[in-house]
Parts: sequence; C-alpha cells; structure tokens
Amino acid sequence: MTISQSNRQKARSLTWQLVAMAIGAFAFGFLVLPPMYDVFCDVTGLGGRTNEVATVVEEPTTTGRVVRLEFATTVNQYAPWEFGSDVDSMTVDIGGVYETTFTARNLSDKSLVAQAVPSVSPPQAARHFKKLECFCFTSQEFVANEEKQMPVRFIIDSDLPAHIDTVTLSYTFFDATKMARANVAATN
Amino acid sequence: MSSAEISTHHDAAHGEHHGPAKGIRRWLFATNHKDIGTMYLVFSLLMFFTGGFMALIIRTELFSPGLQFVHPEFFNQMTTMHALIMVFGAVMPAFVGLANWMIPMMIGAPDMALPRMNNWSFWILPVAFGILLSTLWMPGGAPASGWTMYPPLVLQTGDAFPFLIFSVHLMGFSSIMGAINIIVTIINMRAPNMTLLAMPMFVWTWLITAYLLIAVMPVLAGAVTMLLTDQFFGTSFFLAAGGGDPVMFQHIFWFFGHPEVYIMILPAFGVVSEIIPTFSRKPLFGHDSMVYAASSIAFLSFIVWAHHMFTVGMPLTGQLFFMFATLLIAVPTGVKVFNWVATMWQGAMTFETPMLFSLGFVFLFTIGGFSGLMLAVVPADIQYHDSYFVVAHFHYVLVPGSIFGIMAATYYWLPKWAGHMYNEKLGRIHFWMSAIFVNVTFFPMHFLGLAGMPRRIPDYSTQFADFNSIASVGAIGFGLSQLLFVYIVFRCVRGDGATATAEVWDNPRGLEWTVPSPAPYHTFEEPPEVTDGKAFS
Amino acid sequence: MIQKLCLSALAILFASSAGAEWELNMPRGVTELSAETYNLHMQVFYWCCAIAVVVFGAMIYSLVKHRKAAGAKPANFSHSMTAEMIWTIIPIIILMIMAVPSAETLIKLEDGRKPDLTVVVTGYQWKWHYEYLGEDVAYYSSLARTSVDARRKNSGIDPNTVENYLLDVDNPLVVPVGAKVRVLITSNDVIHAWWVPDLAIKKDAVPGFMNETWFRAELTGVYRGQCAELCGKDHGYMPVVVEVVEPTAFQNWLDSSRPEN
Ligand SMILES: [Cu+2]
Repeated sequence: MTISQSNRQKARSLTWQLVAMAIGAFAFGFLVLPPMYDVFCDVTGLGGRTNEVATVVEEPTTTGRVVRLEFATTVNQYAPWEFGSDVDSMTVDIGGVYETTFTARNLSDKSLVAQAVPSVSPPQAARHFKKLECFCFTSQEFVANEEKQMPVRFIIDSDLPAHIDTVTLSYTFFDATKMARANVAATN
Repeated sequence: MSSAEISTHHDAAHGEHHGPAKGIRRWLFATNHKDIGTMYLVFSLLMFFTGGFMALIIRTELFSPGLQFVHPEFFNQMTTMHALIMVFGAVMPAFVGLANWMIPMMIGAPDMALPRMNNWSFWILPVAFGILLSTLWMPGGAPASGWTMYPPLVLQTGDAFPFLIFSVHLMGFSSIMGAINIIVTIINMRAPNMTLLAMPMFVWTWLITAYLLIAVMPVLAGAVTMLLTDQFFGTSFFLAAGGGDPVMFQHIFWFFGHPEVYIMILPAFGVVSEIIPTFSRKPLFGHDSMVYAASSIAFLSFIVWAHHMFTVGMPLTGQLFFMFATLLIAVPTGVKVFNWVATMWQGAMTFETPMLFSLGFVFLFTIGGFSGLMLAVVPADIQYHDSYFVVAHFHYVLVPGSIFGIMAATYYWLPKWAGHMYNEKLGRIHFWMSAIFVNVTFFPMHFLGLAGMPRRIPDYSTQFADFNSIASVGAIGFGLSQLLFVYIVFRCVRGDGATATAEVWDNPRGLEWTVPSPAPYHTFEEPPEVTDGKAFS
Repeated sequence: MIQKLCLSALAILFASSAGAEWELNMPRGVTELSAETYNLHMQVFYWCCAIAVVVFGAMIYSLVKHRKAAGAKPANFSHSMTAEMIWTIIPIIILMIMAVPSAETLIKLEDGRKPDLTVVVTGYQWKWHYEYLGEDVAYYSSLARTSVDARRKNSGIDPNTVENYLLDVDNPLVVPVGAKVRVLITSNDVIHAWWVPDLAIKKDAVPGFMNETWFRAELTGVYRGQCAELCGKDHGYMPVVVEVVEPTAFQNWLDSSRPEN
C-alpha cells in the first residue's frame, strides 16, 4: 500500500521538484543575488559605492547649506604609483558643481593601467554624491614614469540627509594592467 | 497489501530479500538505509577525531604564550580545516546517518525513498574529504583563510584553492542529495494514517532541516563558484578593482551560513525531544508548538544573516533590522527550552546516559543561547565580534549542543542497532567527563574574548595566559574522554552487554521500538498499523 | 615597617584585583560610548542570569523532585495554552526592554558629526598605516621590535619578560584627549579589522572601500587592541596602540612629526 505505483509516481515528481528547487537556489545565489546586491547598494549607499552618475547638468541651484568634503587616497597592494589629491579638503555648497583634481605618477619603468575605485563615507551620502566626470569611469593608462593630473567634476545633491556635515571621497588605485591586457586579448 | 506490490518495491529498491551482501560489496553498493546510516555514522566519527586532533594542535600551541610547536601559517590551516571538517564532515553527516537509520523506522517505511541516490550521497563524502585533507600536502599548504573563506584573503590560498572549492561543491552535492532523499521519504513513505503532525519530533526537525539544506547549500555552491571564477576566469564579483565588492561574499556566505547553524542544531532539538519524554515517562509537552517553533526558527534564519557582519560597515537601518530580527529568534528557541522543562515537570525521571546527555544539552545549549542573545545587541557585538567570546558562544551551541545531541541519540538508539545494551556505568562516566571538560574548555573563552583576545591568532599577550592554559587542559581532557565513547560503542557492537529487548527503555513511544533489537535488516516491509498515540513521542 | 608591609600588600591586592577585572569582563573603557556599551553588556548579562535562575531553577527542582527514584509518579499532561502563552509573551517583553537602549546607543555610535580630527587608518598585511588628514603626517605602525624578536618560534625569549608582548608597536596612533576623532578605515590588501576594546570600536578595513567610525577618549593613557579579522599568517602580530595625550602635547607631537622640508 505504501509503495504503490501511484506513490512511486508521486515520489518521482517530488524528487524532481526538489532538484528544481536546489537548482533554483543555486541560480538565486549565483545569478540573482549579485545584481540584487548592486541595486541594494546603490539605493542604500552600502559600502559607500558611488555609482551615481549625473548625466544632465541642470542649472546649479545652490541651497546655501555647506558641507566639508575631504579627500583620501590609497594605493592597493603596494602598486608602483604615487597617488594623492591636490587639495586635502574643500567646502562645498550643496547643489553646486565643483571640480577638483588628483595626481598620480607611475613609479615604474613599464606602462601600467590603473583603475581608481571611489568610495564615499558616510554611506548615506554616497547616492547624493553625483559625479559628472571622473577618472574612475574608465581605467587609466600610464606610460613609464608618466604623471597625470586627473579631474573629477561633481555635485552633492540637495537630498543629502540633514545630519551629515562631513563627507569623505576616497579613491583606491588598483593595478589593473593584467585585467586590461586580458580584456584586450579577449576582444582581439 | 498485495504481495505483487511488495515485490515491485523490492525489485526497484535493491533486490535483496534475505539480508546483506557479503564483504566489501555490501558497503560499496549499499542501498539499505541501515547500512548507509552506519557508514555515515562511522565516517562522521572518523572526521570527529580528525577535526578533534586538529583542535588539539591548536590548543597545544595556545597552551602558553610564545610560539612553541607550529608556524602561524600552519596554525591558520588548522583552524580552517578543523572548522570545515567538524561542520561538514562530523556534525552534518552524523545527523544524516541518524536520519538514515531512524526516519524509515520511525515512520514505518521499509527504506529510504531513493536508495541508490542514498548510496551516492554517502560515497561522495569520503572523496570530498579525501581531496580536502590532501591539500595539507600541497604547495602553499591547506586553505588558511578560515572556514568562512572570505575574499580577498582566500584568493591568496596556494595550489589548494581549486581543490577547496571542488571539495565544498562535493559536500554540497552530498548534502542536497541526502536532503532530497529525506524529504521524499518523509512525505511519501509514512505509514498509512500517520499524519504530518503526528510525526515524531526527530522526523519533523529533519524535514525542516532538509528544506533548509536544499535552500542554502546551493547558495554556498554559488558563492564558492564565484570565488573560483574570480580567481581563474577574470570575473570580479568580489574584487573592488573590477567593480565588485568583497563584502558581497560575506552577505552571500552568511545567507547560507546562518541557516547552516540551524541545520546543525535542529536535528539535535529533535533528538532531545525524543529522549526527554522517554526518561520522564511523560509525553512531550507542546508537540505542536515545538513544530511551529522549529519552523519559525527556520524561517527567521533567513533574515538574520548580517548579524555576523555588524562591523563591516552597514547603514544604521540595516543594523537595527538585523538586531531586532536576531533578538526575535530567542522567542521560539525559548519556547523549545521551556517545553523541555515542562516535559520533565512532574515526570518520573531516570538518568540513563541518553537522558544525561539530553539534560546536558538543555543546560549548556541554553548558555550558548544566552551568549547568542548578548551577541545580538549591536553595540556590545562590536566588542564581542571576532573575539574569543564568539568562539565560546558557537562552541557552546555546537559541542554541548549538536555533538551532545548526537551522543544522546547514539546511546538512545545503539541498543536498537546492536541488539545489546552498552555499559551504562561507562556511559555515565563518559557523560560526566564530557560535560566537565567541555565547560573547562569553553567557559574561560568567554573571559578571554571580553578581555580582548581576538580569535584565530596563534600567539597572544601574556595577560591571556591563564585562561588559555585552562582551556587547553580542558580540550585535551575532552578529547581523551571521547576515546571512552569509542570503547563503549565498540564493546556494545561486539555484543558484550546484556541483550536488548525490543522496547529497550521503559515504555518508550515511537514505531522504532515495535521492531526487535537488533533491528532486522529489513523492517516494516508491511506498513505498521498506526494508532495516533503510539506514533509520536 | 609593618605599616609599609601592609601598604605594599594592599597595593599588590589592589593591582591584582584591577588586573583580574580586566581579565574577566569587558573593559568599561574611556569613552562615553564604551561605558554605554559596557552597561548594555551588563544589562543583557543580568537579564540572562535572571532567566537562567528561573529556567534552571525549575529544571533543577524538577530533577530533584520528579525522579523515579524519589517515588515520583508521572503526570500525563502535554499541553497548557496558558503556560505556552506566558513563555512566549514574557520573553518578547524582555527583548523589547533590551532592544530600546541598544538602539539608542547604536544611533549615537553612528553619529559622526563635527569631528575635530580625521585619521585614515589603512590595514596592510601585517601592519597599520595612519594618516592625519590635512596635516601632512603619515606613518606605518608595526609590531614593536621586542615582540618581533620574542614571537619567533622557539625564540628562546620568554614572552613574560617582554613588556606588552604582542600589544606594542613602534609608532602608536596619537590623539588628543577630549577630541572627537573620526576614523576612516580602509585596506591595502585583504580585510582587516581595527579594534581597540577601551574605545569600544571595531571596524573592518575593506580594500577599495572606506569605512567610518569615531571615538572621543575622555582619559589620557595608552590603549591597546589588535587586528580582529583574519588577514593571513601574521594576523596575530598587528596590534593597535592608541596614545591619548593632552591637546598641547598632541600639537607638539604633530608639529614634530611633519616632514622637515
Ligand atoms: Cu589584519
């Protein structure tokens, strides 16, 4: 009675349902979670990501509210760069368009590719920090010993939470030479 | 039931009418749930001693300040391997082994629903752990990034890296197949008239656990696959340079990892829910609320993962949400503890070894629960996080929690498996030694963590010396006590004890006690008549 | 003579009991929030003790009274709606009592407004780098020489003879007392975590990302901690030392630390 034919049929279909569930869970982990996490980060500013790119420059409408903007720079894994911001900090009118520059120098005798990764702290400020132009949008090629001054143009929008009075924009310089070469090889 | 149907079943399942095959073939091609259960349990015991040996290397090095025995690299390999082996090699297979042995007998089924898959899911395990252990001899050594495998550190692993990932994949496959088998068995092969709610608690907790396994083991597989592609195929899921985020791995890992914690404890809840009523001579208090509590624990386990990462930098609202959700888990867990106490209340208790281990479980798991509650409070967690306080906490839940649960189950059902009683006196000595040494080992770790000792360090400042020495002595004592366990089981299986009756204990509830001891190679070829009260405990 | 002996005995006792407190419990620390954290910790701990007394009390009573050997006859009840409601609702209330002050402290912890000083902390395998933002002062902070010599396997140096074994660095982080110090944390390679128990802060250093926390030390002194996130082979050898000094001393130190050019 327990193992009748129809029961075996039921067992088989349940087995396949469970297999499908496991495959679904794998797909969820592998295909759904990463993009979901990106969206989540963009919305909450988790990790201080600033993927915000302002495409349309409206008339700058300054609000009179000011915040202190600080710059910090790091070079990852002792990569052969000297990298720093040209000013330590600036006072920024919320809603205004600003530009500042960073300078990097290739300390090696080889040409290298750098990728700058921006991060904004506190994270709640990240989505209100909008970049019009940034050297972090693409990777930067440096020939041997080349020094470059690289601009960032940005707006801090007026929705910045009222409790924030200091914002830090930080860049980490990664050596992306291998990654870039691989991409070139792949496209060729 | 017609005889035609019986033979259909048999031909499909294994075609063994009259008992086990001879020699190695019996094990290599095993499809009998009892044989497979035995293999799981033996494998788990082997891994328990392997992982335990590594723990003793760790504790020996930490006995006094200064590096005496191992290099820091090797120390990190030991902490990593100890955790992977204990979690995936000892605790989980032990519960799968118990499930294999007991679930068919508890629901009146002749075998597991998918016997051949059952064989594969076991035999994958020795392969997985063979690969994992072989990494110890590879250039660059075994994985040393902690069992949590956080990038970017894990990407610095030497030649062992792809083997680590592959072995984790295999462990995942094994668990998922085991879980599917258990669910299909429970859903499809219960004795007629046994409703879902009438099932014994051990079956219930395993049903929930199996669903958790199917939901989260693939997520772990996904996470480690992304590690693999990041390392070898140029993706950057977790590499900031390519637009990825190392913290994302932690989110995905703990989305698996927190339910995993309950995967390791829910079956133990089931075990003690079987044992306490038997030795209290009273039905389990609040059977249905136990089921609901276990289900809500399982549900909540999906929305608390980030409490493992409060220091990683999270928006305030996130921290608040995960704090409240985590505190909430204390409610159903509390219900379980209170129900166990209420089961004992006004019973007529005796204290045989399984009961002693169950009582030890309730006491000490509750202590682990308390430190868990403290860890949920975010500002305090910032101090506790990644310190020995956390080490103390999860060892209280895993050793006197999961492992005492496994020990209790072994003593409880061993006479049913072997047909003989184990030596009760030695069993009690084993319990008391385990219970004392487990506290000597892990209780001082609370103090170490509060005093500021981080976890996973091979050497420490002299102010931490005293408690570390005590913990090391306790660990060696605990390790030696487990040799006694092997001796007791060995003697019982060899047939040294008194012959066990079918019931073994004093009027226990459950179908497994209606078959003779030792349980015949095939049980319940004809489904039993289930009258409601006898089925569940 | 006797008086002197008594005094020194008292001093030893006092010193050892102070030491014992440090070894047994979370430090109260030297910031407002570390004290609040300590209080929260103790509050939850006392709740746990109270619950333990009730649960274990009932259990032990039952173990003694309801033994078969003591002649107990088993009852046969298996449900009680009232009891189950009570032990669902009371824990919820206790949890709410715990959650409120925790949330309050947490909110304060996240309020990094108006810092007096910003320090960028970068984790390296296996040392720290400190940069005083806008002050042109930056340096590495590594395990002190004495510990480096003693830590080697079978170095022949007894760690007990090394002062602050594994908890001392060559260049500590120096901050002024009473100042709100904003700490920005990132990493050069793998994830580290910057932890000073007395300041009640611990924050992960994640490569490519900037984390933020803050503290305001209310007492001068030297506060020691360690890297708290496994970061490779020398994870145990990258202590954090924070020296809290008077503001004038800090200014002098800062001026003397600037590169001479
Ligand atoms: Cu570190």
